[in-house]
Amino acid sequence: MTKNLRVKSGRFIDETYRVSFRFNGKTFYGFKGDTLASALLANNIHLVGRSFKYHRPRGIMTAGSEEPNAIVQLHKNSSRTEPNVRATEIEIYEGLEASSQNCWPSVNFDIGGINNFLSPFLPAGFYYKTFMWPASFWEKYEYFIRKSAGLGKSPTEPDPDIYEHKYIHCDVLVIGAGISGIIAAKTAAKNGLKTLLVDEKPYLGGSTIYQNSEHFKINNQTSSSWIEKEINEIKRIKNLEIKTRTSVAAFHGYNYLLARENLTDHLPLEQRNDNTRQRLLKIRAKKVISATGALERPLIFDNNDRPGILLSSAIEKYANLFGVACGEKNILFTNNDSAYETAISLFKKGINVETIIDNREEIDSKLIKEAEKNNIKIYKGYTVVNTSGYKRINKISIMQLSKDGQKVVGSKKTITCDCLGVSGGWTPAVHLFTQSGGKLKFRDEDQVFIPNIYPSDQISIGSCNGDFTLDEILLNIPKVLKEFLNVKKTDYENLEVHSSFNKSKRNIWLLPSDKIFGKTKSFVDYQNDATAKDIKLALREGFRSIEHVKRYTTTGMGTDQGKLGNMHALGIISETANSKMGELGTTTFRPPYTPLTFGTIVGRNVGEYFDVFRKTPIHEWHVQNKAEFENVGQWKRAWYYPKDGESMHEAVQRESKAARDSAGILDASTLGKIDIQGTDASEFLNRVYTNAWSKLAIGKCRYGLMLNEDGMVYDDGVTTRLDENHYIMTTTTGGAANVLGKLEDYLQTEWPELDVYLTSVTDHYATVSVCGPNSKKIVSQIIPDLDFSDENFPHMSFKNTKIGKIKCRIMRISFTGEHSYEINVQANFGKSVWEKCIEAGKEFNITPYGTETMHLLRAEKGFIIVGQDTDATMTPIDLQMEWIVSKKKYDFIGKRSLYRSDTIKEDRKQLVGLLTENPDEVLEEGAQIIADINQTPIEMLGHVTSSYYSPNLKKSIALGVVRGGKNMMGQKLIIPMENKKINVTVADPIFLDKENKRLNA
Amino acid sequence: MFVINCPYCGEREQSEFKAGGEAHLVRPKQPTELSDDEWAEYLFMRKNIKGIQFERWVHTHGCRKWFNMVRDTSNDKIKAIYKMGEKPPTK
Ligand SMILES: [Zn+2]
Repeated sequence: MTKNLRVKSGRFIDETYRVSFRFNGKTFYGFKGDTLASALLANNIHLVGRSFKYHRPRGIMTAGSEEPNAIVQLHKNSSRTEPNVRATEIEIYEGLEASSQNCWPSVNFDIGGINNFLSPFLPAGFYYKTFMWPASFWEKYEYFIRKSAGLGKSPTEPDPDIYEHKYIHCDVLVIGAGISGIIAAKTAAKNGLKTLLVDEKPYLGGSTIYQNSEHFKINNQTSSSWIEKEINEIKRIKNLEIKTRTSVAAFHGYNYLLARENLTDHLPLEQRNDNTRQRLLKIRAKKVISATGALERPLIFDNNDRPGILLSSAIEKYANLFGVACGEKNILFTNNDSAYETAISLFKKGINVETIIDNREEIDSKLIKEAEKNNIKIYKGYTVVNTSGYKRINKISIMQLSKDGQKVVGSKKTITCDCLGVSGGWTPAVHLFTQSGGKLKFRDEDQVFIPNIYPSDQISIGSCNGDFTLDEILLNIPKVLKEFLNVKKTDYENLEVHSSFNKSKRNIWLLPSDKIFGKTKSFVDYQNDATAKDIKLALREGFRSIEHVKRYTTTGMGTDQGKLGNMHALGIISETANSKMGELGTTTFRPPYTPLTFGTIVGRNVGEYFDVFRKTPIHEWHVQNKAEFENVGQWKRAWYYPKDGESMHEAVQRESKAARDSAGILDASTLGKIDIQGTDASEFLNRVYTNAWSKLAIGKCRYGLMLNEDGMVYDDGVTTRLDENHYIMTTTTGGAANVLGKLEDYLQTEWPELDVYLTSVTDHYATVSVCGPNSKKIVSQIIPDLDFSDENFPHMSFKNTKIGKIKCRIMRISFTGEHSYEINVQANFGKSVWEKCIEAGKEFNITPYGTETMHLLRAEKGFIIVGQDTDATMTPIDLQMEWIVSKKKYDFIGKRSLYRSDTIKEDRKQLVGLLTENPDEVLEEGAQIIADINQTPIEMLGHVTSSYYSPNLKKSIALGVVRGGKNMMGQKLIIPMENKKINVTVADPIFLDKENKRLNA
Repeated sequence: MFVINCPYCGEREQSEFKAGGEAHLVRPKQPTELSDDEWAEYLFMRKNIKGIQFERWVHTHGCRKWFNMVRDTSNDKIKAIYKMGEKPPTK
């Protein structure tokens, strides 16, 4: 088990720098530059996890971000632990700690493995079919499912790392730094374009960087030494920015892309300090060049998922980059020339390859000849029909393919091995292209989807565009780049290219077996355990759309989005359903291309930076006076001011009583304030409010109700006429921005002929509201020069005056029903005016109150709160506010809708007061209202919208909306609660001082 | 996310804008003379076209100005942008 499979040094390994790490509790060693996967393979460990459904042992399959199996849990720490990390991507560092996921109690003995033996009973759609019925059993099933399945554990404590977002604007973004990307980036940058080149790997050069053989040459140098020179050159170009370890997650419309830049994940923990861990790049590129390469396809045969079965290209990469042999007795299985490239690479490194199984019968290329020269036994026209070895492959059985490739013929031969490399050809990595809205076309000759229609200014080049060989790449790219970037020449013309790669391929989506099909387990999606059999079952059960088959079988629905097997799934569907691949379409690849951490997504927007919050100029006073705060939109509003350990209820009762008995003071600065000026200002108000405004005298205030065009109440507030053509409108705190937006909309688009200008002045003024029978005494003390008599300064009027040297607007208006004043001053004087009022009010026990008391006081008076007592279905008539709807005005917003057949119905929900039989019983807001508890089903008549215990009336009061409530005055209704029913009587919504005597008290 | 060329400010990110539905719906001058059906036609009925659509946008987090846009809703390509009151392009 702890054999060392490190061979001659790998290109990216620093053998002088040994790194220790732990995997499943055991210590291992690797070298700096290793990925977790390469280090495990060097220790001869293939088994790293269990599959999702059958809990079959699974090993490392790839050497890149497409890995379906080798996903691990990183760190033990409860705040940094991270699930679903691909062992093939994470670079090891001193102290790395990883463990297998989806296995219990351990990867070597996993109880869920029993599902593997039960698998005949776990076909496609099993979960849908079984666990959905009966519904009441779901709780029991869920426990079982969650216990035995699951992809890792999430951290239980906050993430201590720092993340950030960065915007990048560039002329050209090149995705992928393989040979195609490097050529593109250099061409763009050398022509003066601001260029960004990104690659998900820590190094540049893609697979060309280790393509060090006589068979692939450019200008008489091996392709690896040629690309190395190119890399050295591009690093010196000033207007070319290169970002490695940067994975493009999403490609949206208008060339807007998101990429994750990994900054510290490869460093030993103690070197990370407080540096930013990951950065989300928000890239807006004028042009995008995708050079994302291609993914090698696996082959689909019976038991093709055992640990020790890898992609052939991955075996080559582990040997060349990391100096690791994936096995001691290697066999390759292929339908194309790629495996021979691997064989030659391995041979050079001294790694033994005994046998190659090739689907193709008649084949001939330089690569094959060289393989044969090295005494590798080649079985032409053969296929693997089965494998064995539970936790590691130990044998394969092969048979000859029939001429049509549909059956196997002849006798079975068994060969021992400890590693099998498979190559089913290549699939262009078109994921980002399709995310951007690009349309693909199917190329029949080699059965690949390639980009066809580009939705934005972008292009795909190299193998992601279906150019797989070195000569094709170097022939096509310069031509394409010249046109796309509109440049005259590139450095890459007339190159002498030599490639021995023969493009022939024998594509068989599902390889035949000697067993009957129903007994085979040929995996198409390794992570989600979807087999060829599942796909055929879905088709037999009538599913036709590829999107439906995907969901029914869960093919491609894992964290890897089925990067390896989706093509085979399509192939099997097309063969079974007898339809053409090109016509089937593909499933949609969705962002992110590889999973992102939540940290990257939120960046710095955590904790107090999660959202902006707005504070009034008096905020500090509320904090010092121990106010509890309430969020109203983005505002922090004082909610109530508990004294000496008071509960909220106690504080609110005290505040409410004080306001009516003597004096209260409220910070009303958050109310929306819109300054309205222009010669048509009065006409404008006439059109936007339901009541008439033309005759409002200068210096007077008026309450207004604003509707939507559908007749429903939208906002309310008091507007004051400051001058002939000058008004100040107040809106609700939450509605301010929307009201301004709506008014601007009408002004700009419906009534551009009106001479009216709107300016939001909400933040420019602080508003101090003093109410109660002693309010006049208090306010007149701080403004001694003003005549406060009812004759000079009556209710609903306004004065321009001064407090000391501070200019102020003072309105005598009331939201509590008490005699009260609203003082508006320039925001920076707000706190001092507030403190002056408090000082002057001391002898009258002036009591600061918050929003809760404000709500209670207005409810006593039956004043509505838009958004609490109304939703978007209440007309003024429903609110019993006919008095505010002008009959004379020809038109206003929403007028026509007030007599639509629907809005004039008698049995609409209407606002009423509700009094409980027991005056101490306070209703719950939101509680349903019914008439007859014995009815089945019970008709819901409405619900409670506001409810309080009134200390001034010494009883419980509530507002509610009730179907036909207007005509139910005095009627008994029922509020059914969980354990009781509460009897209520429909009442007038105005509970206190209906005659408005207190306003002038 | 689109890049929108505000006729007053120039190219800005879509996140600065809000869409305001179908363009060139004229609020009836005399709503009171309309039948319920005629008023409902103005109030509720929208075309919601797949393809070339004329719509209203506002530069909320910018100049606060409304303008019109011609957009192909099938691929989100912006075909034209013009100010309120200007005639829509014919092609
Ligand atoms: Zn603008």
